[in-house]
Amino acid sequence: MSTALQFDQIRLPPECAALRKEVRAFLVNEASAGTFDPSAIETDDLFNRDFSRKVGKKGWIGITWPKKYGGQERSFLERYVITEEFRAANAPVRLHFTADRQSGPVLIKYANEALKADILPRITRGECCFGIGMSEPNSGSDLFAASTKATKTKGGYLINGSKVWTSNAHNADYLIAIFRTAPATKENRRHGLTSFLVDMKSPGIAVNPIYNLTGLHDFNEVVFDAMFIPDTHVLGEIDGAWKQATSELAFERSGPERFLETFVVMIELVRVLGSKPDIRAAEALGRLVAQVHTLRRMSVSVNGMLQAGKEPVVEASVVKDLGTIWEQKLPHRARDIAAFVESDDMTNRALFEEHLAFATMIAPKLTLQGGTTEVLRGIIARGLGLR
Amino acid sequence: MAENIVSDTATRIFADFADPQTVNKARDASWRPVLWQHLTDAGLPLAWVAESLGGAGGEIADGFELARISGKFAAPVPLGETLLAGWLLAQASIASPPGVMTIAPCRPRDRITLRADGRLAGRARGVAFASVADHLAVLVDGSAGRKIALLDAKSCRIADRKSLAGDPIGDVVFDDAAPLKMADAPAGLDAQNLMMMGATVRAMETAGALQALLEMSTQYAQDRVAFGKPIAKFQAVQHNLARLAGEAAAAMTAAGSAADALATIGADAAQFDEAIFLEVASARIRSAEAATEGAAIAHQVFGAIGFTKEHVLHRYTMRLLSWRDDFGNESQWALDLGNRIAARGADELWPFLASR
Repeated sequence: MSTALQFDQIRLPPECAALRKEVRAFLVNEASAGTFDPSAIETDDLFNRDFSRKVGKKGWIGITWPKKYGGQERSFLERYVITEEFRAANAPVRLHFTADRQSGPVLIKYANEALKADILPRITRGECCFGIGMSEPNSGSDLFAASTKATKTKGGYLINGSKVWTSNAHNADYLIAIFRTAPATKENRRHGLTSFLVDMKSPGIAVNPIYNLTGLHDFNEVVFDAMFIPDTHVLGEIDGAWKQATSELAFERSGPERFLETFVVMIELVRVLGSKPDIRAAEALGRLVAQVHTLRRMSVSVNGMLQAGKEPVVEASVVKDLGTIWEQKLPHRARDIAAFVESDDMTNRALFEEHLAFATMIAPKLTLQGGTTEVLRGIIARGLGLR
Repeated sequence: MAENIVSDTATRIFADFADPQTVNKARDASWRPVLWQHLTDAGLPLAWVAESLGGAGGEIADGFELARISGKFAAPVPLGETLLAGWLLAQASIASPPGVMTIAPCRPRDRITLRADGRLAGRARGVAFASVADHLAVLVDGSAGRKIALLDAKSCRIADRKSLAGDPIGDVVFDDAAPLKMADAPAGLDAQNLMMMGATVRAMETAGALQALLEMSTQYAQDRVAFGKPIAKFQAVQHNLARLAGEAAAAMTAAGSAADALATIGADAAQFDEAIFLEVASARIRSAEAATEGAAIAHQVFGAIGFTKEHVLHRYTMRLLSWRDDFGNESQWALDLGNRIAARGADELWPFLASR
């Protein structure tokens, strides 16, 4: 088989330029109106109801979805522009981002009409927060080891067990989670998991905070004690959740959020260096910029291929692998590059140091969340025909 | 020329007349003129020259695609150099002569100047294939503006050396050299434009060679048995190859993006702007970084056999490493790019990146 990965040369189409202008004007307005602070360190405030509602009003959540569900039927490349402008501006998108990126598309594909008509318009209005229930205490990268059980009962299922590292669960209206409906078989260890829509208002759910090393509350433990899920909330094929996961991964892994999460560090680094950096700093800065440009071109390419109906799953894994490894090193490189600038000479010293510290603290998670480096390289190796 | 015709034709010619195994085993260079004749018959070396000037009248994209294919075969012939020389001469409407050409300057700080008596002065270091070229295309700084000149290679003094890959590379001294032809360079065309075209050719060659390295390494890992199984079954080897795939993809995307940007403006010197600079510098920097990483990974996969003269691996890895030095190395491009980013200021960083 051919080992060549395909990254089509794709430029953003003209309609993206007009949209970008509109998005930037919106962000400038909202920042000056105080809806959000573009220089703020990530805090729990990133869960910003006011901001998400305003984004929803602009039609920028679920922009690719069918109009009848509140979408705009616009392209993935237009969504790309919105996503990257929001990231570059450090905008607080946490409330709606997961639903916009992956939960909504899953519902469109697998939910019944009544659920779609009820939930999707609320997502597009920026009123509805989703979480993803995958990892368990004994199942992380090894997703198919999940053991939280869904037992058939009259009209639905009873759920017993727990999920961990569940981002947003304490704010979420819904989770999309996988539970075990049957044991794995000898022939297929991936068999027996089913995807469900979980209404977080259901009785029998306890959400316990897990503070991450920065001291912030993003993670949770979610405990299910005989929680009832109606049959209508099954998403897709019983016992066949593994079949549904793969094509969505390309959307989850290739986006600009995979290398722009701490982009503010680069912006403040350029400010630290001033207009005439020394030779060492200028050269290192040039290399950083070349890398972001390349990652962005790769990421645009994957999204353009998705728009064209292709399934660039391996290519998306390459983007996430290169992007997260690079971004993980970014705060350390920025620290090196700024090492000889006298801190009294920095106009933005406090801000730079604050962002650097935060990026340094969150760096370890970048190569863990949404598929570890090891998992991604396994997928790439499979794409090369090695396994 | 449609892109696939160019690819197919070049691939067929290289496969037939410059198979890396055959070339590596050859006792002499008798394959070289045969290969060059076939490339010439297909009109490939002068793809960037209009038919009225003796060329094949191809698109800019065709030439960059040729560079990629040539890289895929680690072809030790001055195809990229002749392409660039033809392009430069065509900028001043100078017809391209038949035969092998190369181009000068190819280091950012080298300058060739025009003396009052119409002869040249100055030198160009690291000119690839200088000693085997029939002609040189040279960008000349004159007191009344820049000129483009065609020189007989015999009119220059060439100190010949070997590149890392064993290809001829020369330091060329132009003192007293009289051009065969000389004309004004078009407004806007400067040495940096030349470096940008050259760097993009090298980036495309690098991307092609990395694609070949990935294919060879992947195949070898599946064939080579150790500890009772193909080494491709070991996770450590799989992950190294996954990294190589990432480096090859990054080089191809960055180089392809720069080539696409230059093709879109028809490589018209008047339209080389800051955004084109970002594209080319990034292609140069990222592809050279990928060459460094990729060559190391491939050697690790092949083990000792890849460290022998008899094996073809060195034809790829040493060329990849050698190409990093031509038309400005990645450190020089990074310095220039970094300075420009700093001069634009922090708040322009994102809009600049997003403009591409």
